Amino acid sequence: MPTQDLLPLAVAVPLLGAVLLVVAGRRLPRVAIDGLVTALAAADVADLALLWARTGDGRSVAWLGGWRPVHGEGVGIVMVGDRIGIGLALLTAVLILAVVGYSWRYFEQPPTEHPGTFPALILVFEAGMCGFALTGDLFNAFVFFELMGAVAYALTGFRIEDPRPLQGALTFGIVNSLAAYASLLGIGLLYARTGELGFAQIGQHLAHHRVDALLVAAFVLVLTGPLVKAAVAPFHFWLPDAHAVAPTPVCMLLSGVMVELGIYGIARIYWTVFSGPHGIPMACFRDTFVAFGALTAVVGAVMCWQQRHLKRMLAFSTVGHVGLFLIGVALVTPEGVAGTALYVAGHAGVKAALFAVTGVLLDRHGSVDEYGLYGRGRELRLGGVLFTVGGLALAGLPPFGTGLGKAVLEHAALSRFPWLLVVFVGVSALTAGAVLRAAARVFAGAGPRPRERYAGPETTGGGEEPEIRDPSRAVPPPMLAVPAVLLLGALAVGVLPGIGRQLALAARLFTDRAGYVAALYGPAPAPSGASPATGWTAEGVSLGLLSTLLALVVAALAVWGPAVPSGAVHRARETLSATGRRVVLPLRRLHSGHIGDYVSWLAVGLAVLLVVTAAQV
Amino acid sequence: MSVFPYLVAGWILLIGLYGMVRSRDAIHTIGCLAVAQSSTYVLLLAVGYRRGGTSPYFSDTPKSTTVVDPVVQALALTDVVVGATVTALLLALAIQLRKRHGTIDPDSLTGLKG
Repeated sequence: MPTQDLLPLAVAVPLLGAVLLVVAGRRLPRVAIDGLVTALAAADVADLALLWARTGDGRSVAWLGGWRPVHGEGVGIVMVGDRIGIGLALLTAVLILAVVGYSWRYFEQPPTEHPGTFPALILVFEAGMCGFALTGDLFNAFVFFELMGAVAYALTGFRIEDPRPLQGALTFGIVNSLAAYASLLGIGLLYARTGELGFAQIGQHLAHHRVDALLVAAFVLVLTGPLVKAAVAPFHFWLPDAHAVAPTPVCMLLSGVMVELGIYGIARIYWTVFSGPHGIPMACFRDTFVAFGALTAVVGAVMCWQQRHLKRMLAFSTVGHVGLFLIGVALVTPEGVAGTALYVAGHAGVKAALFAVTGVLLDRHGSVDEYGLYGRGRELRLGGVLFTVGGLALAGLPPFGTGLGKAVLEHAALSRFPWLLVVFVGVSALTAGAVLRAAARVFAGAGPRPRERYAGPETTGGGEEPEIRDPSRAVPPPMLAVPAVLLLGALAVGVLPGIGRQLALAARLFTDRAGYVAALYGPAPAPSGASPATGWTAEGVSLGLLSTLLALVVAALAVWGPAVPSGAVHRARETLSATGRRVVLPLRRLHSGHIGDYVSWLAVGLAVLLVVTAAQV
Repeated sequence: MSVFPYLVAGWILLIGLYGMVRSRDAIHTIGCLAVAQSSTYVLLLAVGYRRGGTSPYFSDTPKSTTVVDPVVQALALTDVVVGATVTALLLALAIQLRKRHGTIDPDSLTGLKG
């Protein structure tokens, strides 16, 4: 089979599989459905792995239906795969396979009249995400964006008996769809200016026009969709609401790859469409989005620390890390892209594993409340170990992939923005500290029992509907095997030097705009310039150890601090929490769960982005 | 080509946004989302408009006839399909929420906050 046929196949296999599951699901027994969906997910992994191997250090280009451009003009739709895009699609497919394995016995009772609905939706979700990662066309990107969006809303509200998932799904759907329509307005403006819809083609034609208000408006509007999907502050409000209530397997996908696809969208669209002559200047993109990234990272980390609802805590930790990823791609260097790619790959494994273990707790105890679960995870020893290891990996402990990605990004940021080191170390430490704090309380019953009272707005996480009806039986083995494998995967990203090397080459290709354009019409010249270094350095290891140590210290202070009767630790803690309350309480009040508020924030963010961009071009 | 349709598109988007912010009912919010989406139809069709152009079919007309841009019409059509799907899904969620929670007033939906 020719290599370019593998590109559309990566989307077609899960789509056709979903149709098959819906049609045949009524007649098949449960085991056959599970076997079928596993086979389909594995087939897509195989397809993308083959594509990764065959594409090598180049690009695969597929003009759908054979509508190739003639003399540089054409109306065909193109799919372009380079190793960053294919790698992200492969990560999606692997995570889908893990989720299918995890939920093998998870939803014991699917909707009785429609068995096979849940796995079918998962496969459509996969098709949307893979399509978004592999498309080379802006309008197609919008369609795939809406496809994965619509499926994600449905999956979030899958448990329709419980009001909270419905509310989360509704918020998620309204905010994301609004952002998608803003993107479409931007696409319309770009089409009006250039008469093209392909990434590369729009970029080529923009070079013949001047930079004006229309270009700025189109830039901001087009990026609104990916920014909301990536949950960049102040567009992030929907994410904790949706992640806190979605079924656990869905959370693994939302946090693991879907949010990161937003970051990918921002980077891909900027590099291919706007980075050329008469586009948006690199300095403008860099300064604006490094600032947005830092804001997102800090908001995510601070809010993560405040949570007692475990899923909401992990969701805010995703917001924090997405801020770091945005900083990475906003550095507009190959090193930044390579570091982000490594970080995303490691983070996907770690975050999905943490959600998976939380799912076990929900299964056993019908609660994801850190306070309510105090000491109740003791009998779940393996789960406790996995959760703790996940927390350490989240802090960037070498040699996990998260640590390597963080180290490469810190090195990339150091020359221009040295203050970002504080953000990277602080955000990693605080988000991981929250996870370790919860691990110590839930799985070891460490420290005194946490106090129940809190004056401000809060989502507790107690009284959740268990996703499985029979808590008396043993934990199904896949529910602990899958997170263990995912953590091993995150470890492999950091340990195997080949992965870092390949991603460094891929990052050099990703940032080569001229090569991307040339690849559409024939073989592209190899990119010039050295590929960035992505190995472990003494500096990276020490910063990783530092953030891990800080995470352990803040977690220990939170767990055992209240037990210290008096003295310096106690006083320091009291002062900290008093000042913290003054800053944090207003921030927590902003996360009101009110759709109208979230839409206002979206409008405010758009306006700020417009003004800031217009002022810099 | 007049600038008027673009102003209309912008106005529709803003009025939809305003409605969503001020909404006291989830069904109304979803309706306002559909209004905001209509701005994309207006914008796309305005982009493809050619003065004196006819619809882009070439069955019995000479090939030199001025026609409006068929690409944006295809985009608008796709947009309609996407919008209908999303609106239907959101409305279904809202109805289910009303059944389970007894209200769809955003001010009373306080299960998720902080």
